[in-house]
Amino acid sequence: MTEPRQGTAKQDEDAPPVQTFLRYTHRGAPGLADTVFEVADLSVYYGDYEAVRDVTMAIGRRQITAMIGPSGCGKSTVLRCFNRMNDLIPGARVSGKITYHGEDLYAPEVDAIEVRRRIGMVFQKPNPFPKSIYDNIAYGPRVNGVRKGLDDIVEEALRQAALWDEVKDKLKESGLSLSGGQQQRLCIARTIAIKPEVILMDEPCSALDPIATAKIEDLMHGLAQDFTIIIVTHNMQQAARVSDRTAFFTADVDDQGVRHGRLVEYDLTGQIFTTPSDKRTEDYITGRFG
Amino acid sequence: MTVTQLVRRPRGSSSDGRGLLARGLGRYVPYATAAVVLALVALLFAGTDLNGMPSFVAIAGLGYVLAQTVLSVVIEGRRRAVDRLVTALVYAAFMAAALPLLLICWYTIQRGIAMVDLTFLTHSMFRVNPQEHGGGIYHAIVGTLIQVALASVLAAPLGILTAIYLVEYGMGRRFARVVNLFVDVMTGVPSIVVGLFIFTAWILVLGFNKSGLAGALALAIVMLPLVIRSAEQMLRLVPDDLREAAYALGAPKWRTITSVVLPTALGGVVTGVMLAVARIAGETAPLLLLVGINQRIEFNPFAGQEAQRPQESLPTLIFEQFGVAAGNTDAPPFQRAWSAALVLIILIGLLSLMARLVARFARTAR
Ligand SMILES: Nc1ncnc2c1ncn2[C@@H]1O[C@H](COP(=O)(O)OP(=O)(O)OP(=O)(O)O)[C@@H](O)[C@H]1O
Ligand SMILES: [Mg+2]
Repeated sequence: MTEPRQGTAKQDEDAPPVQTFLRYTHRGAPGLADTVFEVADLSVYYGDYEAVRDVTMAIGRRQITAMIGPSGCGKSTVLRCFNRMNDLIPGARVSGKITYHGEDLYAPEVDAIEVRRRIGMVFQKPNPFPKSIYDNIAYGPRVNGVRKGLDDIVEEALRQAALWDEVKDKLKESGLSLSGGQQQRLCIARTIAIKPEVILMDEPCSALDPIATAKIEDLMHGLAQDFTIIIVTHNMQQAARVSDRTAFFTADVDDQGVRHGRLVEYDLTGQIFTTPSDKRTEDYITGRFG
Repeated sequence: MTVTQLVRRPRGSSSDGRGLLARGLGRYVPYATAAVVLALVALLFAGTDLNGMPSFVAIAGLGYVLAQTVLSVVIEGRRRAVDRLVTALVYAAFMAAALPLLLICWYTIQRGIAMVDLTFLTHSMFRVNPQEHGGGIYHAIVGTLIQVALASVLAAPLGILTAIYLVEYGMGRRFARVVNLFVDVMTGVPSIVVGLFIFTAWILVLGFNKSGLAGALALAIVMLPLVIRSAEQMLRLVPDDLREAAYALGAPKWRTITSVVLPTALGGVVTGVMLAVARIAGETAPLLLLVGINQRIEFNPFAGQEAQRPQESLPTLIFEQFGVAAGNTDAPPFQRAWSAALVLIILIGLLSLMARLVARFARTAR
């Protein structure tokens, strides 16, 4: 029983450091001149509990931004602010400001449904509807009033999500009949089909095996040509592999002993993984955290 | 721990873990025990003045469990013996629970089957002397079907909408808690009280007549909490992931409910409604107060004037015929009551069967 454990531990030690996965070698570091979101002093509350405190960051257009950090530090919470998914949780509210192309996302006249039509989301657990593959993809366009040309939209979305060849002969079959990795790509295709500008992904690969993960990472590189992507991940190699910028969050304990999530450091991914400016970032990345 | 430690009995053992016949006592010992016990009990009954089927079954069963336990303790050891004993007790409990059901079915079929024929199913009791043979229960079947359909048309949409409110909109709101309390109270109200309520509100206060409709109203009230609770459970089973997925695609709330939540829960909701329908189809108490007795075929559930008596229904017909028989169990009305009961049970059975089919169909359709 103990032998395989040693094996795993050994493998981990032999694994190359995270830095080797950086993608800058082939993409070059993009600037932040063209931004989609500007977050200023964002705090998020669940009832009286301030889950995240004073986050300030800007999200670059057609870039992949990764959010990393230990469990419970508020990555999902912040991510769900970008498409106002937190509105659905009773008692959740935000203070501070998020602007989307200069417009205040939380202004009273902003329609949250309209926001979600522009800012799509992929969840941690693949969650296809119990409908056919075709209807899964067509759902978003239909809800948004598209009646004609659905066939083309479905095909294009499935092609972009690198799923078309696997499912083109069984579009009428249930989305639930696919494997976990295929289901997650189906969910990505479903999101692409509404042609959002931004895609939010909350640990999209955590339920998948390495091969399916690799497929989705490849896919993200392709999607970054057209979409702005924000991804939450626990896998630092993944953050290093796919992202242009990385935000490192952690949870601080305040005077009253309450934990609040905080943005510690936000920079080019290469910077974060090679020369982090904060000790906590360095500890987390090198695995010395906790 | 190594794997070989766990695999102990290399030969003659079944790996399915049930092993009631396979291990220790082997395949044939239980049968042999049963045969021996049966023979001994038969001898006992022949030799003494014990008699009667129930006592025979009870003594034989007890004897078998005893013999088996003793054998098992001796041959297999305490642990297996206790296992066998508990298994036997569980089976016995199950049979005790199933017995009344089986007896009801058996008696109803035995007593009821004689009269059920095409005439019985297609004729009314109009101008038939209930004390004699002849006539049928067509008018009651028609009445029950119409009243139950009316009640369902009223209660099913209302119940499903209430369940949607509770699950999708309620979430900790005060009004939702009030609704919940009401549903709980409604579940507990005896149906005769519902009948009294409709009698007072519908007939005394509003001045309507007794009619199939009045009965259907009471049935709807009995049905409503059943539909609400079953639909509520089914809607709660729909994972929040699916709702979030729809919202994240820009679907408004109503669209999410109609296009994702309801279709996903549809099979269960329909099953729940049909089981509630089956439940009210045999409801008698409110109908006795609200519908009354009629010998003629009446398709109109609103009928209830002097000239037009209100619709008959199966439960009221059974009650009426039972009364007419006045304790004479050989009289035609008594048989008619049993036959009507058989038809009612078959009707309810068909509804339950349909509910199961719908549930299965909905599950495979995903
Ligand atoms: N719906 C909610 N109601 C109340 N508190 C919540 C809710 N969702 C999250 N929280 C709290 O907010 C804090 C941040 O949670 P969040 O889910 O954003 O963390 P996370 O960084 O995504 O963690 P993980 O990596 O485990 O997914 C946690 O302390 C959590 O308990
Ligand atoms: Mg999370």
